[in-house]
Amino acid sequence: MELKHVFKSFDGKAVLSDVSLLFPEGQISCLFGPSGRGKTTILRLLAGLEQPDSGTVDGVGDRRVSVIFQEDRLLPFCTAEMNVSVAAPGVDARLWLEKVGLADDAGKYPTQLSGGMCRRVALARALAYDGAVFLMDEPFKGLDREMKLRMMELVRRSLRGKTALFITHDLEERDFLGDSVIGFE
Amino acid sequence: MTLSTTPGKKSKGSKLKRIGSAALVAAFWIAVWEGLYYLVNQDILIASPQAVIARGAQLIVTSEFWMTAGLSLYRILIGYLIAVAAGVVVAVATSASKIVYSLLYPIISILRVTPVASFIILALVWISAGAVPSLMAGIIVLPIVWANVSEGIAQTDIQLLEMARMYRFSRLKIFRRIYIPSVAPYFTTACMTGLGMAWKAGIAAEVLSVPKLAIGTNIYDAKRYIETADLFFWTLVVIILSMILEKLVRLAVKQIMRRVIGGGQPDGAETRI
Repeated sequence: MELKHVFKSFDGKAVLSDVSLLFPEGQISCLFGPSGRGKTTILRLLAGLEQPDSGTVDGVGDRRVSVIFQEDRLLPFCTAEMNVSVAAPGVDARLWLEKVGLADDAGKYPTQLSGGMCRRVALARALAYDGAVFLMDEPFKGLDREMKLRMMELVRRSLRGKTALFITHDLEERDFLGDSVIGFE
Repeated sequence: MTLSTTPGKKSKGSKLKRIGSAALVAAFWIAVWEGLYYLVNQDILIASPQAVIARGAQLIVTSEFWMTAGLSLYRILIGYLIAVAAGVVVAVATSASKIVYSLLYPIISILRVTPVASFIILALVWISAGAVPSLMAGIIVLPIVWANVSEGIAQTDIQLLEMARMYRFSRLKIFRRIYIPSVAPYFTTACMTGLGMAWKAGIAAEVLSVPKLAIGTNIYDAKRYIETADLFFWTLVVIILSMILEKLVRLAVKQIMRRVIGGGQPDGAETRI
């Protein structure tokens, strides 16, 4: 995946100006830096959810993509298990929920889960879908440290050899997961 | 942390409490009615509750009463159901295509603002008197359903649609898991509001078109022969039928939505349907 001389603005405000980046295949790339630097825009451009004002984006193409958005984006009328199985039919959703520590909460609705639990459902959905590419925007947001370490370990194992891009402003996440790091000032 | 929810099933005690408070409210308004009757003291202007009950007791034992109520219900319900279905179809079509929206919007606007009486008189020229109430109920309900369902579609969560796109949901899955839950509360509101309006328009159409065996025809006759107790009784019949139907429609919509969505809401959680 690659961005070449990309410009992108929203409502006249430039978010990306002449950005060129290369994300190596088979590696976990990390976009690291504070908020408001255009990291999410880069992820959305690669996903095909945004178009650049100018420049070229060689994004995910027609590959299967597992996405963890900045928001959990869970289906409100579906249980945790259904949220996983609707996105990844034929996959053992309970198994993935067990892996993220939600075995006992599979039958609960998003309104019955805490923020951290919803985040883990979103994580289980992305992992169960098993895309060829993973795009993750602050995937461990809202998790306590112990749970974050567990989830980072799970992600590291699950994404071995896959192309992935994740956004964070957490040093620990960057150092543990990022094969290559692109820092934003 | 798991969010706590209140128990989903209503207890027997709270049900009795609700019935008790409803009875108290009814008793209060009957007392107001009785008071007004004694204040005005003219049977032509206001019938007493006793006179209305006595007249009702005479009428409800006749087969004609049940046929009249049944046929009025049938006429209005037919128009209502067709309009609900058509309203949904038109809302989907106008939301999906700007051309269809541009084509149909003027017609829907005309339906919204034209007085019901104008339509009734026109309809009497075009079709049989028995069909006029159905048509009027439909004409009133269709724009309500269209407007609400269109709003529901417009308010569908774009973030969920993006998620569905990335996870390659089929069209059917997007429809079932995202659009239907989004539209459901708007659709329910449309059904409830439309039902009340359908009764009003349908009965008004019956009064003007005087078909055989119709509540509106009885109301018209009560006015002609200055039978105020009859007028009050038939109006009461409309109110009761409308309330029963409202409960049934609410229940039916809820059940249909639950089935279509396939999931639901946690017990005790606030339901949007």
